[in-house]
Amino acid sequence: MQEEYWEEEEDTQKGKYLIFSLGKEEYGIEIKYVTEIIGIQEITQIPELADYIRGVINLRGKIIPIMDVRLRFNKDAREYDDRTCIIVVDIQDICLGLVVDRVSEVLFISEENIAPPPSHGEKRNKYIQGIGKVNTGVKILLDASLLVEEEEVEVINEYAG
Amino acid sequence: MSCNIEREPLLEMFIFETNQLLMQLEESVLESEKKHNYQLTIDEVFRVMHSIKSSSAMMLFNNISTLAHSVEDLYYFLRKEKPAEIDYGAITDLVLESADFIKRQIALIEKGEKSDEQPIDLTQKIKETLAKLKKEEIKTSPKVAFNFYQVNLCFEDGCQMENVRAFAVVHKLQEIASKIEYYPQNIEEDDETTEIIKKEGFHLSFSSHKTREEIEKFFSQIAFLKKLQIKQLNKYEDNKHINKSESKKEFSCCQKKNFISVHVQKVDQLLNLVGELVVAEAMVTKNPELAGLHLDSFYKAARQLGKISHELQDIAMSMRMLPLTDTFQKMKRLVRDMSRKIGKEVELEIYGQETEVDKNIIEHISDPLIHLIRNALDHGLENSMERKEKNKPVQGKIILSAKSIGGDVWITVQDDGKGIDKEKVVARALENGLIAPGEEKEMSEQQIHSLIFLPGFSTKEQVTEFSGRGVGMDVVLKNIEKLGGNILIESILGQGTIFSIKIPLTLAIIDGMTIKVGKASYTVPLTAIKQSFRALSEQIIIAPDGSESILVRGNCYPILRLHNFYKNITNIQSIEEGILMMVENDGQIICLFADCLLGQQQVVVKPLPKFIKKVDGLAGCTLLADGSISLILDISALIN
Repeated sequence: MQEEYWEEEEDTQKGKYLIFSLGKEEYGIEIKYVTEIIGIQEITQIPELADYIRGVINLRGKIIPIMDVRLRFNKDAREYDDRTCIIVVDIQDICLGLVVDRVSEVLFISEENIAPPPSHGEKRNKYIQGIGKVNTGVKILLDASLLVEEEEVEVINEYAG
Repeated sequence: MSCNIEREPLLEMFIFETNQLLMQLEESVLESEKKHNYQLTIDEVFRVMHSIKSSSAMMLFNNISTLAHSVEDLYYFLRKEKPAEIDYGAITDLVLESADFIKRQIALIEKGEKSDEQPIDLTQKIKETLAKLKKEEIKTSPKVAFNFYQVNLCFEDGCQMENVRAFAVVHKLQEIASKIEYYPQNIEEDDETTEIIKKEGFHLSFSSHKTREEIEKFFSQIAFLKKLQIKQLNKYEDNKHINKSESKKEFSCCQKKNFISVHVQKVDQLLNLVGELVVAEAMVTKNPELAGLHLDSFYKAARQLGKISHELQDIAMSMRMLPLTDTFQKMKRLVRDMSRKIGKEVELEIYGQETEVDKNIIEHISDPLIHLIRNALDHGLENSMERKEKNKPVQGKIILSAKSIGGDVWITVQDDGKGIDKEKVVARALENGLIAPGEEKEMSEQQIHSLIFLPGFSTKEQVTEFSGRGVGMDVVLKNIEKLGGNILIESILGQGTIFSIKIPLTLAIIDGMTIKVGKASYTVPLTAIKQSFRALSEQIIIAPDGSESILVRGNCYPILRLHNFYKNITNIQSIEEGILMMVENDGQIICLFADCLLGQQQVVVKPLPKFIKKVDGLAGCTLLADGSISLILDISALIN
């Protein structure tokens, strides 16, 4: 019974993307990674970290690190306002908050509407899983598992033992 | 916890109860063995085995119930017949072996596997022992109807040496009676008993197949006898009551604790919920909309709420903390078994077992400890012959202790054995290519000792059942490092070795002082703080390189500006405006400069999220009462 249930849930999640925006561009992240969306809140800074790690927040007693996606993608920083959201994701058992400008909707994008990511010569943009085409335009679909950079994951795992 | 298998509540209960019972059993059996007072535990073992028998039969674990039944049989006999001269060591072995068997089965059941191992060997052994006992009992006391007597003797005043006389009576009585017990005891050695006999008379109880008349005749032959009371008992019971009340007293040290089993997940959930509650409370009581309003009774009620929620938080926090008692008790068993097997006399002393540590630590400390103790027993302690030659007490000693110092728990395993032979260690390391030739000359003692933690190192010539395969010490170190701790070795050749395990109290509760720097708050472990004070400008010394120090009572201490160190923005730049906190680690002292103190409170140390790499000077973080996060400073790292 339970297995069937899981499969079903898996199916309902497949092909669904949470769409958020950074400036003009719209991005999508697979819904299966997303735990919840919360408003921006006070972030406790932690020294000696990369710029894009803004610090940690207290999410109901759980302390999770916050990554500013703008800074991660080398975009200009922007003042946080009341539309700024934190998307809480769970990637390979790492809980992480992603700061984005705004969250718009959940979209179903079928596989045939997803184009492979553009490649600039040999250097492929590694965070991008594909380009989703929908009526209203294109969405950049992120490969969430690569947001947590490969080498970083390794280091973390070592640290966690 | 990864174990999420939902079991039937009944089964869950069975597993929990049985484990609990077995632990009790082990504890009391070992205790009685130590005190050489086996009578104490007979009832206890009987009771435990009886409960296990019935509950396992109910759960249809026949193998367990069969075994429990045979142990019960054995103890039923012991309880009823009270044979005087038997090898309790062997019986204790049997009980412990049976307990192990049941434990193994329970572990299988817990994992959801089938427990079908049959305890044929064990039950057979128990039956044999029982048969042997029965035979002996019959030999020493032919099947004659026994009469039990209680006798009170009073000697004539001034006859002197009452104790010796009493002893003579006992000696003589042995010819016609068995199971002689008397009060006061120790009459042959302790002259003070004379006084007791003078005052209260000499109490005897014994069993004999002689009739009352014969007994009376026997006692009337005693010289200087003033008064004689003989009471014939039908049962042995009365006396047993005396015994029981005594044994109860001795047992209070290992009394059963009252426990219920709760899934760790639930405790964590509770902890989180309480955390949220506290945040929500702060949001209500410190709501900006309340500002300026005159609300006396509201604040009164709010304070009450705050008090309760803080108490609730304290309790929820302490729920994850467990004393090391059970872990340490397990070691007693280990030492006993091993010392019997390898034939070394060992005494295990335990201190500080009430030290509370996080459940997480409890789970991971057991294996390294077992290993260290095995090593101490097997490699560390010499055998009795060698010890005699070296003028050491024949009985070796292992001391296991725990204490919390500052933000750490220290667990030490100390033995008074032969110590680590540095030359042997170096030779072995060279032999195994762990160090390059010549390297050893530059190594400190501590470094040489640490060589034994390298993989593939073992100085023991013989591989024994318990240790010496060269895997082990490296695993011990790895396990401890996983907990964020480390091991120190102190060893004096010929006198013994001390392994000190230092584990930080991650997730544990510490008393901390929270300080503010700009917008950020930091928590300093209270144990590290020597004092906090406002400095005067004339106390401050600025060195040519710009580094600041402060002169306090003639001593000069360096100042660390936290806002510079952590790049916080703050308006408070001059030392006089802020506050200085003098902190100490390992005798080194520095002064931290912060904006102000926020207050002292107990905090739960939470590790920084895994995603964030280790940051120098931070030991973790914690949640403040208002839900904000405070970073816990690692004073030792800051000083270095």
